[in-house]
Amino acid sequence: MQADTSSDLPSKGFLRSALDAMLVPFLAILTAVVLGGIIIAVVRGNPFLAYYGLIQGSFGSAKALSETAVWATPYIFAGLAVALAFKGGLFNIGAEGQLALGATVSALIGYALPDWLGFDLPAIIHLPLTILVGVAGGAFWAAIVGFLKAYTGGHEVINTIMMNYIALNTISYLLNGPMKDRDPNNVIARTPLIAESARMPEIFEGLRVHWGFVLALLTAFVIWWLLNKTTLGFEIRMVGANPDAAKYAGINVKRTIIVTMTLSGLLAGMAGALEVTGLNFRHELGFSIGYGFDAIAIALLGKSHPLGVVLASILFAAMRNGATRMQFLTQLPVDLISVLQALILLFVAADAIIRYLYGIKTKGERVVLTRGWGG
Amino acid sequence: MDLRRFGFILLIIIVLFGLVVFIGQVKSPPIVIITSMMATTIAVATPLTLGALAGVFCERAGVVNIGIEGMMLSSAFFGWLSAIYMFHVFGFPVGVSIWTGVLFAILSGMLMGLLLAVLSITYKVDQIIGGTVINILAVGLTGFLNRQLFFGRGSVFGGNVPNSPGVLPTLHVPVTEIFSPLCHSAECLQVVTSINKVFDQKPVAISAILLVFIAHYILFYTRWGLRARAVGEHPKAADTVGINVFKMRYASVIIGGGLAGLAGAYFTIESVPSFEPLLTNGRGFISLAAMIFGNWTPIGAWTAALVFGASQALNINMQLFRDVIPPQLAILQQSYVVGLIPYILTMIILTGIIGRTTPPAADGVPYEK
Repeated sequence: MQADTSSDLPSKGFLRSALDAMLVPFLAILTAVVLGGIIIAVVRGNPFLAYYGLIQGSFGSAKALSETAVWATPYIFAGLAVALAFKGGLFNIGAEGQLALGATVSALIGYALPDWLGFDLPAIIHLPLTILVGVAGGAFWAAIVGFLKAYTGGHEVINTIMMNYIALNTISYLLNGPMKDRDPNNVIARTPLIAESARMPEIFEGLRVHWGFVLALLTAFVIWWLLNKTTLGFEIRMVGANPDAAKYAGINVKRTIIVTMTLSGLLAGMAGALEVTGLNFRHELGFSIGYGFDAIAIALLGKSHPLGVVLASILFAAMRNGATRMQFLTQLPVDLISVLQALILLFVAADAIIRYLYGIKTKGERVVLTRGWGG
Repeated sequence: MDLRRFGFILLIIIVLFGLVVFIGQVKSPPIVIITSMMATTIAVATPLTLGALAGVFCERAGVVNIGIEGMMLSSAFFGWLSAIYMFHVFGFPVGVSIWTGVLFAILSGMLMGLLLAVLSITYKVDQIIGGTVINILAVGLTGFLNRQLFFGRGSVFGGNVPNSPGVLPTLHVPVTEIFSPLCHSAECLQVVTSINKVFDQKPVAISAILLVFIAHYILFYTRWGLRARAVGEHPKAADTVGINVFKMRYASVIIGGGLAGLAGAYFTIESVPSFEPLLTNGRGFISLAAMIFGNWTPIGAWTAALVFGASQALNINMQLFRDVIPPQLAILQQSYVVGLIPYILTMIILTGIIGRTTPPAADGVPYEK
């Protein structure tokens, strides 16, 4: 039941607190890269060629940079979703389901709304509406879990996972049935393309990077501002640090838990809605699989700091994006990236190992992100 | 296990069984449906029972283990892999290969348990995060090795996934042989053979049930169990009277890992002889819900696992009786709706509507000397 001193209750500056938090993750990445190189060598690959391919494939050209930004966009939103929940003492494993649900309802509004109304909407109304509905979908999905946590003590870890399975089963049913693309050539579980009026304009011609990336960077700043400069943010961090103290200080803990969870789901839903309106222009079954777990790793790697989340997202995006080039050069399976990411996460989570390896003194900080099953 | 909880479990199981009997009666006699449901329930509940037991061991000693899913997944993979290696590469007979697979599944589960122990006991990493690391590591490692070992450069299998040596045999209990001479009608014989089906189970399923009672005995009737529980309830007090908290926690988490490993063996060595990425499909987490619902007791966790088994059996039977589902229950024709039942049940159970559960007092708290 220790207090979460790392959530910086007396708030520090944006950059200062970010730099402080970055040393150990940086060394953790370094250690993971070295260990990953050893693994590559063991399976008879060339680690230098592999890492060269990884970097070339992710930052080597305008197209590579654009694709890295494309990958980073949902990562930033989903990573912020998990990070915000962490700050509030909640562990949202459900970003995956919230994101997928957000994408699905967003796609529905995107392709079906003009038909329901019987006339075409102008983009200025249709696009924001499509995004908003997706966001609301994610927020609703997470709010259920927040409500259960606040009023019944049902643990959010299990409930978000269950909600993931419920969401994925439901979406699989919808995309194979009522929402399936009726095109006679289509055999895939996917929705029809959304209307032109629900699509985001492109930034650069011929590149897939979309305004969602800019929005993601802005959102990261907004979340930092929310957490550190507003009363709501203070309440969230206070409940996360010590719910008992928060209660005696007059904070409505139940309400704060529900609000935190809802905001978290909102961000995850945003990730889904932007994938639909900015990138794919439809939702396809299975495209979002893995985002939720990557988001957890990203939030941990970024130490739940919004800037840290952005940097971690770009790192993970670069790895995912560069993996194809790496596979092309070395014939190593892309799944190697998952092993690397798990290693990074392992060393970030067990920062005691890193501190021991590199002789960094502990500053007496103990991160306690969740509190057993009690609720 | 209080009576109220037990009554609730009994009620759910009766409702689930009753529903299938009601729908399926036009096709098969009730006794056949009930016994086949029971057999399926026990089989499907096996990994959940073992996973829940893994959780009970870890958490009774004060270590929250949400990594059961990852432990199951990795041991399912390594058990299956070692069975294949023993059979195809080293040329051992089928039986030896399969049992080596079971052994390696348990060992890799224990290894994952050791990792969780190092992280959460020695390095005092937040235990929920430690479990998440295991879950993500398991997904990455099994996915990577699955592809690299079979399709990678220099793979001994050269791009083909070889056939696994097979699955564990069903152990036959001679109920029919003993009781059929007493029967003088076809109906009686049918009853006897259907009841026999409930008893004919595979080795992991049988050992899961035995382990429930063994775990109950160890935890509540031995000195070791008392110490393990003391460490989970009040480590400081346990330490004061000379119990080595770290050693007890290490032992419990590694035992838990071994049990999760046996659950992994169920998937790839007992149920079907193949591995696919992410095959555990959330059953590690459902095990945790069973453990919580069973109030951190082995027998309670087992009965809760049976509820999930029964809801799975309902799902399977609904597909069998799909064509005779009456129109007013048409919703049950959607296999997706029925497939949601275990997940929704888990959530309902966790809300505590049938009474609150109490975790061990020091569950999830790293011990500092």
